[in-house]
Amino acid sequence: MSGLGVTEKVMIGTTLLGCVAGMIGCFAVLRRRALVGDMLAHAALPGLCLAFLITGGRNFAELFLGALAAGVVGVALVTFAARWTRTKEDAAIGIVLSTFFGFGIVLLSIIRRLPMGNKSGLDTFLFGQAASMRNQDLLVLSGVAVLVLGLLTLLYKEFKILCFDPDFAAAQGWPTVWLDLVMMATLAVVTVVGLPAVGVVLMAALIIIPAATAGFWTSRLGPMLLLSGAIGGVASVLGTAVSSGQLGWYGSTDVSPVHASNLPTGPLIVLCGSAMFTISMLLAPDRGVLMRMLSTALMRRSARWEAMLRTLYELDESAQTRPAVVTLPSVINERGWSERMARRWIRYAERRQLVERVPGGVRLTAAGAMEAAQVTRAHRLWELYLLEGANIDLDLTERDTNSIQHLLGPDVVARLEKELREQGRLPAVRAV
Amino acid sequence: MITTAPPVELHDVTVAYHRKPVLWDIDLTVPDSSLVGIVGPNGAGKTTLIKAVMGLVPLTSGKVEIYGQPYQAQRALVGYVPQRESVDWDFPVTVRDVVLMGTYGRLGWFRRPGRAETSRAMQCLEQVGVAGLADRQIRQLSGGQQQRVFLARALAQDAQIYFMDEPFAGVDAATESAIIKLLQTLRGRGKTVLVVHHDLQTVSDYFDHVVLLNLRLVASGPTATTFTTENLHTTYGGRLTILDKAAEAVRLNRPS
Repeated sequence: MSGLGVTEKVMIGTTLLGCVAGMIGCFAVLRRRALVGDMLAHAALPGLCLAFLITGGRNFAELFLGALAAGVVGVALVTFAARWTRTKEDAAIGIVLSTFFGFGIVLLSIIRRLPMGNKSGLDTFLFGQAASMRNQDLLVLSGVAVLVLGLLTLLYKEFKILCFDPDFAAAQGWPTVWLDLVMMATLAVVTVVGLPAVGVVLMAALIIIPAATAGFWTSRLGPMLLLSGAIGGVASVLGTAVSSGQLGWYGSTDVSPVHASNLPTGPLIVLCGSAMFTISMLLAPDRGVLMRMLSTALMRRSARWEAMLRTLYELDESAQTRPAVVTLPSVINERGWSERMARRWIRYAERRQLVERVPGGVRLTAAGAMEAAQVTRAHRLWELYLLEGANIDLDLTERDTNSIQHLLGPDVVARLEKELREQGRLPAVRAV
Repeated sequence: MITTAPPVELHDVTVAYHRKPVLWDIDLTVPDSSLVGIVGPNGAGKTTLIKAVMGLVPLTSGKVEIYGQPYQAQRALVGYVPQRESVDWDFPVTVRDVVLMGTYGRLGWFRRPGRAETSRAMQCLEQVGVAGLADRQIRQLSGGQQQRVFLARALAQDAQIYFMDEPFAGVDAATESAIIKLLQTLRGRGKTVLVVHHDLQTVSDYFDHVVLLNLRLVASGPTATTFTTENLHTTYGGRLTILDKAAEAVRLNRPS
């Protein structure tokens, strides 16, 4: 350990913290207790101050216990308020969080005025000072990391069933109250251990952001857990690297993280995490905002195109002379589109050589007639199937033109075709 | 002489929330190998009844026995299908994961489900007809499919007694008939199934025993003799619309 430079030490420390916080945060978020983590962090401040006042030193073990004790008192108060008064749980959390934090700030200013106050170093607990990580801090972090990982491995299925269906878990005989306590205790320990590095104000972000980000990429708990840990770790690496000037685009040539002009590590880690969250929120396939907008737009477009083809077929079908001349007003009438939209789609059909311009309007080409017939046939088969099937329990996620044969099977399709033919509504399609 | 204790027995069970009684002095014996319907108006304590038997709500007084023993000793014999609303359907688990949870009880602490558990889960999924959805995330299921998954989970528990809370609520006709067939199969295998039911018109078709509940036990026994207009009147008080339905239900099923 003595061979490691300061920067490496800090990097390892924050990465361990980021991974562990991300993983326990995953469960905290799924269990809807993420704000309790925030409360634990903020409530720790008066605990730290009181521990300092009582013991007079900056022995981390004593401070740690003070922080933990204050956190426990906070949780007890929240539970009391939520269960025995009319206060809602989130209001109770907010009240306890801000009260304790305010009390802590007051204690901080009192301590600052004391003779040994300047050397207390307690101010750094507000936003953390990862740069001052010592060997023993690293050891504590490693120990906690091993413990948490071991716990999450051992109790994986227990936590899973607890979070998903606590009633069922209790009925099966799992001690849900104890399991909850273990989960919350783990959260409390990780929170308090992370305070020197990231600080009271932002520790909650380290717990919540990786889990929320992971949710955009997976729908399974196992991968979500691992991803959450990875994201927390990566955010920590990036944040520490930027703050220590290693990604030194702001010009400092001094790469020592204890240099006073460096940017604070804690907030930078959180910002890196937020950046990853924002990117995921926008760009994740399936669940990202932009991707969903894109896929909705594509779906709408494809639906309109099929509607266009069907309209062309139907107008042709019902005309006296075939192939019929389709006019713009008739398309507008049939579909209820604006003139601009109708023109646009007719032009598109022209570009694809499915219709050709003739005096008076457009007319289906041979290729156009075939494609329009195919689309209309599939549409009418689906329509008929859905109309008569009261007991449908089929999962129809893709009612694609080409997939009807595949999804319903040849027998069903043959029967539907027969019925459509009897109604005189089966489009003639040349076998491909 | 061998006396076999009944599957479920309640003695003087009272449950109160904040000093308001929800169940009052319930004395109930459930016969073996039967399909039992629990009916009553909203707020009658039907869900509380099965939760009280399973120890999910504390008893203010009285005791519950499963085959003559307290519930805590007999957990392995009881399967549970809770109401669909009680679960977070946004949770990142697949259908298979949910059914595997039914096997957790037998696995015990720290052990992970293995190949035996997975194949059992797939068997249960096939029994309810949704084996093809095993890898689907539960958010994407329809109401009927969700209910079937819950049932599969209960089946994976391999229990003797099953408690089901409104399993027919909000499911399509195909799922409803699939469920009732499954329940009848379970009864055929000697299991006892207690179902909180909301639809009076199907009680006589589905259940051989019925429990009429409204805070206190109004009546319980074989459907033919217990599901009477008079008992329904007592259970539902003066709620006429329900009474009409009930009278109709009784009339249709009584041999003229």
